[in-house]
Amino acid sequence: MTTETPVLNSDQQRHARVDRAMRIVLPVLTIVVALGIWEGLVRYYQVPKYLIPAPSVIAETLVKDGPSLMGSMWFTIKLTLLSLFFATVGGIILGSIFALSRTVEMCFFPFAVILQVTPVVAIAPLILIYVRDTFSALLICAWIVAFFPILSSTVIGLRSADHNLRDLFTLYRATPLQRLRYLLAPSALPYFMAALKIAGGLALIGAVVAEFVAGTAGQSTGLASRILESSFRNEIPRMFAALFLVSVVGIAIFLATSWLSRAVLGNWHESEVRREN
Amino acid sequence: MSTATAPTLINIDNVSKQYGSGLIAVRDMSLKIEQGQFVSFLGPSGCGKSTALRMIAGLTSVSTGQIRFGGEDHGPQDIGFVFQEPTLMPWATVFNNVYLPLRLAGVSRKKAEPRVEDALAQVGLSKFAKSYPRELSGGMKMRVSIARALVTRSRLLLMDEPFAALDEMTRFKLNNDVLRLWQEYNLTVIFVTHSVYESVYLSNRVVVMAARPGRVVSDIEIQAPYPRAENFRNTPEYANYCAVVSDALNETLDTGDINH
Repeated sequence: MTTETPVLNSDQQRHARVDRAMRIVLPVLTIVVALGIWEGLVRYYQVPKYLIPAPSVIAETLVKDGPSLMGSMWFTIKLTLLSLFFATVGGIILGSIFALSRTVEMCFFPFAVILQVTPVVAIAPLILIYVRDTFSALLICAWIVAFFPILSSTVIGLRSADHNLRDLFTLYRATPLQRLRYLLAPSALPYFMAALKIAGGLALIGAVVAEFVAGTAGQSTGLASRILESSFRNEIPRMFAALFLVSVVGIAIFLATSWLSRAVLGNWHESEVRREN
Repeated sequence: MSTATAPTLINIDNVSKQYGSGLIAVRDMSLKIEQGQFVSFLGPSGCGKSTALRMIAGLTSVSTGQIRFGGEDHGPQDIGFVFQEPTLMPWATVFNNVYLPLRLAGVSRKKAEPRVEDALAQVGLSKFAKSYPRELSGGMKMRVSIARALVTRSRLLLMDEPFAALDEMTRFKLNNDVLRLWQEYNLTVIFVTHSVYESVYLSNRVVVMAARPGRVVSDIEIQAPYPRAENFRNTPEYANYCAVVSDALNETLDTGDINH
């Protein structure tokens, strides 16, 4: 009746360590090489910085305009994270209601679909007219983009619990709350985490797009507005610097949601479990 | 284990089950199951044996007839159920999977701990309390499922083709484990299977069912004494019972009405 516990030998452990290190070293090395080539080509062909600035010029701009760009970055981060937060809370609450009641879902799901399929660029000007506070208007725009993936995945996830486990909970007279806590919510987690990764990126896209729309009126101070402003002034290095910071925010959100997904699912779900060969 | 004087635990009285599609899964099933019996429901696919088991557990409603529990009040809390699949929560450790029925009954973790540990010890998985289901073999997962069914100390254990997907060696081992647990815990077991050999080895009563519509066609008592060990499989008595049960099963193949 006993079974051996699988134990990694030292070779396997070393292999795992090397594998982990390579996951970081290889992409970093590739980026450094790509930047080196970029720098070399720009210098070799003496490309003017108002066409394509060298990475070193972008870095200089980042240092020089750092304080003002950081303020803009904080604005974009705040906007993105708040919209993601509200999308998550709204998606979970509405998704749970939809999962519990087909009638409510049939009534309100079309509204969610309409919000999803209508381009945010088309809705943003209207929202900016109706909502006086620019930040709130931008927040609504970013929320619209990030909300749908969370909602639809939560509904699917809550309905995906194994039917035998559902029977087991019935057999043991689980209360609705117990069923939600111990069965439905964990079953929905992989779907929810996948949606969160997508929604994280979409929230940033929503924030940037909304800023572009609002930024033309000179109302906001986010990174997207700085990109627009720099393009008007033909300050290409600053455009690249702001773009770089937008990418940094996107990467940080991706890494954070990936880490969260691994932390939550790493012990049991196929999508995050690392297999030893 | 069962004697002529053992009280009736389950009285299945003229029970039928018809689904919304019109399919009759079980028709006019009547059986009395005594306390302490080890009863196998044997039959081909679609004969309604799993449906009958689910009706006993209260997981499927009865269309007509009645299922009564005699003696003590057997609510759903008092039934252990083992599904065809291990049906474990992949996000929970082995301990938490076994703890589930007690957790749902409001038993604190501290109070439940000795019972969970005892149930795991009974199936030989004490060392795996902190493991996740994905780290276990198919046989071990099924043992966890059995431990979960035992942890509430229910006297009625319902098993729905639990070992169908396992290799023969593992199945033989688990057959012996189930027999041991049945005797140690003084359980009443209803075991759904499509294996003649498994049903004869385990049971003191084999209920043979036919398909389309599902119904009972034979009720065969296996009088071989317990405890039964592996060498029972090599005895003429075992071979004779297998022949009798096989004949009863073969007869069901010609009696089905395809139109149902």
